Amino acid sequence: MALSHLAASASRSSSLLKPLSSALSLRRSISGDNSPLTVETSVPFTSHQCEAPSRSVETNPKELLTFFRDMALMRRMEIAADSLYKAKLIRGFCHLYDGQEAVAVGMEAAITKKDCIITAYRDHCTFVSRGGTLLEVFAELMGRQAGCSKGKGGSMHFYKKDSNFYGGHGIVGAQVPLGCGLAFAQKYSKDETVTFALYGDGAANQGQLFEALNISALWDLPAILVCENNHYGMGTAEWRAAKSPAYYKRGDYVPGLKVDGMDALAVKQACKFAKEHALKNGPIILEMDTYRYHGHSMSDPGSSYRTRDEISGVRQERDPIERIRKLILSHDLATEKELKDVEKEVRKEVDDAIAQAKESPMPEPSELFTNVYAKGLGVESFGADRKEVRATLP
Amino acid sequence: MAAIFQGVGAAAALSSLPSNSFDSKNILFSPRRSFSVRKAPSFVVVRSDGTMNLDLNPKGRRAQQFIANAVATKEDSSAASSSSKPGHELLLFEALREGLEEEMERDPRVCVMGEDVGHYGGSYKVTKGLATKFGDLRVLDTPIAENSFTGMGIGAAMTGLRPVVEGMNMGFLLLAFNQISNNCGMLHYTSGGQFTIPIVIRGPGGVGRQLGAEHSQRLESYFQSVPGIQMVACSTPYNAKGLMKAALRSENPVILFEHVLLYNLKERIPDEDYICNLEEAEMVRPGEHVTILTYSRMRYHVMQAAKTLVNKGYDPEVIDIRSLKPFDLYTIGNSVKKTHRVLIVEECMRTGGIGASLTAAITENFHDYLDAPIICLSSQDVPTPYAGRLEEWTVVQPAQIVTAVEQLCQ
Repeated sequence: MALSHLAASASRSSSLLKPLSSALSLRRSISGDNSPLTVETSVPFTSHQCEAPSRSVETNPKELLTFFRDMALMRRMEIAADSLYKAKLIRGFCHLYDGQEAVAVGMEAAITKKDCIITAYRDHCTFVSRGGTLLEVFAELMGRQAGCSKGKGGSMHFYKKDSNFYGGHGIVGAQVPLGCGLAFAQKYSKDETVTFALYGDGAANQGQLFEALNISALWDLPAILVCENNHYGMGTAEWRAAKSPAYYKRGDYVPGLKVDGMDALAVKQACKFAKEHALKNGPIILEMDTYRYHGHSMSDPGSSYRTRDEISGVRQERDPIERIRKLILSHDLATEKELKDVEKEVRKEVDDAIAQAKESPMPEPSELFTNVYAKGLGVESFGADRKEVRATLP
Repeated sequence: MAAIFQGVGAAAALSSLPSNSFDSKNILFSPRRSFSVRKAPSFVVVRSDGTMNLDLNPKGRRAQQFIANAVATKEDSSAASSSSKPGHELLLFEALREGLEEEMERDPRVCVMGEDVGHYGGSYKVTKGLATKFGDLRVLDTPIAENSFTGMGIGAAMTGLRPVVEGMNMGFLLLAFNQISNNCGMLHYTSGGQFTIPIVIRGPGGVGRQLGAEHSQRLESYFQSVPGIQMVACSTPYNAKGLMKAALRSENPVILFEHVLLYNLKERIPDEDYICNLEEAEMVRPGEHVTILTYSRMRYHVMQAAKTLVNKGYDPEVIDIRSLKPFDLYTIGNSVKKTHRVLIVEECMRTGGIGASLTAAITENFHDYLDAPIICLSSQDVPTPYAGRLEEWTVVQPAQIVTAVEQLCQ
């Protein structure tokens, strides 16, 4: 049944992009320019309790080339992490995002760094799209000091406070109430910003999601719940886990939108729409129809519950990077060679970052005890034989 | 600056109870504690050195219906006999409310979320009047969804807000255990220090009056292992207000354990702004023969037993440990070094309770100073029964404390 669903979606998106209009300037540099370009998304949006946004997305060559570069970087980074894991430099759990890059990249294009993003454990690419460096990623994965969490978090705990990326959470579904809390804080401080709380199709069955949705709708919080539906909750296909796999409709009274998550432009359009909606009307659910090529994590080959044909089928028909590549080529925004050069460049960047990360030292033993408590107010935790200390107040 | 709340209903109810309490002003100056006044605007840190003498209703079953007149005064005020006493009198839940209100006025980032805290005023009246004063965005009535609203509080705290999450009964917070353990306790560590979680989680717990097994839970024993959180238990109006304020000002997540039966304790507390140190234990009654460590409601059972013990010629030193995580091993250690005998009286169950951890901590650190094995009196390892007499037998009673001290001091 999963196979037939995917065949259907493959045939749906096999009709490729039809550029409606293009106002192009002449032969461009590889960095592109800002002349507007309108592209149609692969499929129209399906909506629940709201008006779907239009299929035509405004973009420009520069943005498309940035999309290409960023997605190529993420893809390369995840493949490199795969090799590092097999070389036992990364241990524990490693959940890879390749195939789903369009969601991270498209979302980032629609929002600012003041908007908050919180996601689950498949967070490497979201971290990068929020401004994290490759060095921080690889160092954290290898447990080194240069990592974004000083090596103490690991693959599932990437955070970047200054660009409002709140992680990075291991327990399925627990990040959604946190995300609604972020939205609450945004409403409290009257920031006019929104929070994107991402979760998967497996987490969509968690009760705390509905609790948080209820509270968000009740209090009109600017929370956008994004279900990254890659159709498998670890080894369980969505039709075996959910009675109603129409996750965008699960909000009932909360509006929802179903988006082709392999089309970065569709994601961008949907996120822009969602942000406007959330600031005015409260929560909204976005369902991103996407796919992961790797298994659930590095311990899962990913082929015991789905066929290799399915995986390669999606890779041929719906790959996000290929889509952007075809778009760029068909609009003459760059040559094949230039795009290949970008990929080579990106590969080198990743290799350099890995080399640099390998040089970063392991954390000092004393780091075991730092950051358990925050030292605020001068109030100290007493050990067995400390000197008498007074409370010092601010 | 302190507003005096007239909890009308509560005061009326209390005044109708038999009041056979008396004031005994035994203020002892303990040399190792000095009084510190900071040159900071309008507050004072006071180490509480007042003793408390209670005259409890002798029938154990009605142990909670008493009026405590504890005088906790500053050390430099002329001691006992001021005719116009400083400070104002209030009940423990009013003290909590006062502390909360003062902090909400002081810091606009403080907000309260919980079930029925807003319009209803709180099921134990701790947040009464706050919603009218501060508005619905700062005092939020949540639906019955502990897991998610605790998670939301933690998420809001990650951005810098300082929420107070109230569990209507601490037992309900079991539903939020994942959020408290994984997110609240660990986020500061796993993010490498990027986020602090200045949240206060509070609520009443403990064995009440025939509330049944599920509403008589002692969650301090379940949470004590969670790294990254601090736990404190208040027992008097004075330390309730002080600990509430200190918890709200702390950058760490703090769980403040209140007790269902202690909400109507009355005490006179200072008018000035003060906070209590979160990691400090309170010396309730200095003594020489045995150290009795206790917290929350058991403090009153211990003090009742202490009266009997004094009559029998013993001199127990009673310490209210207050800080359940981390333990104030400094105060405790000094006491152990003095008396060489330790009795722990707690309301947790014997297995895996606070007393069990405290026994281990004292044995590890102060083994050489002990003349006798540590005795730990805890509640029985059973779900709390409904029947009144069975419930009495579940928790430690003053008579058992007296017996234990006699046994220790042989």
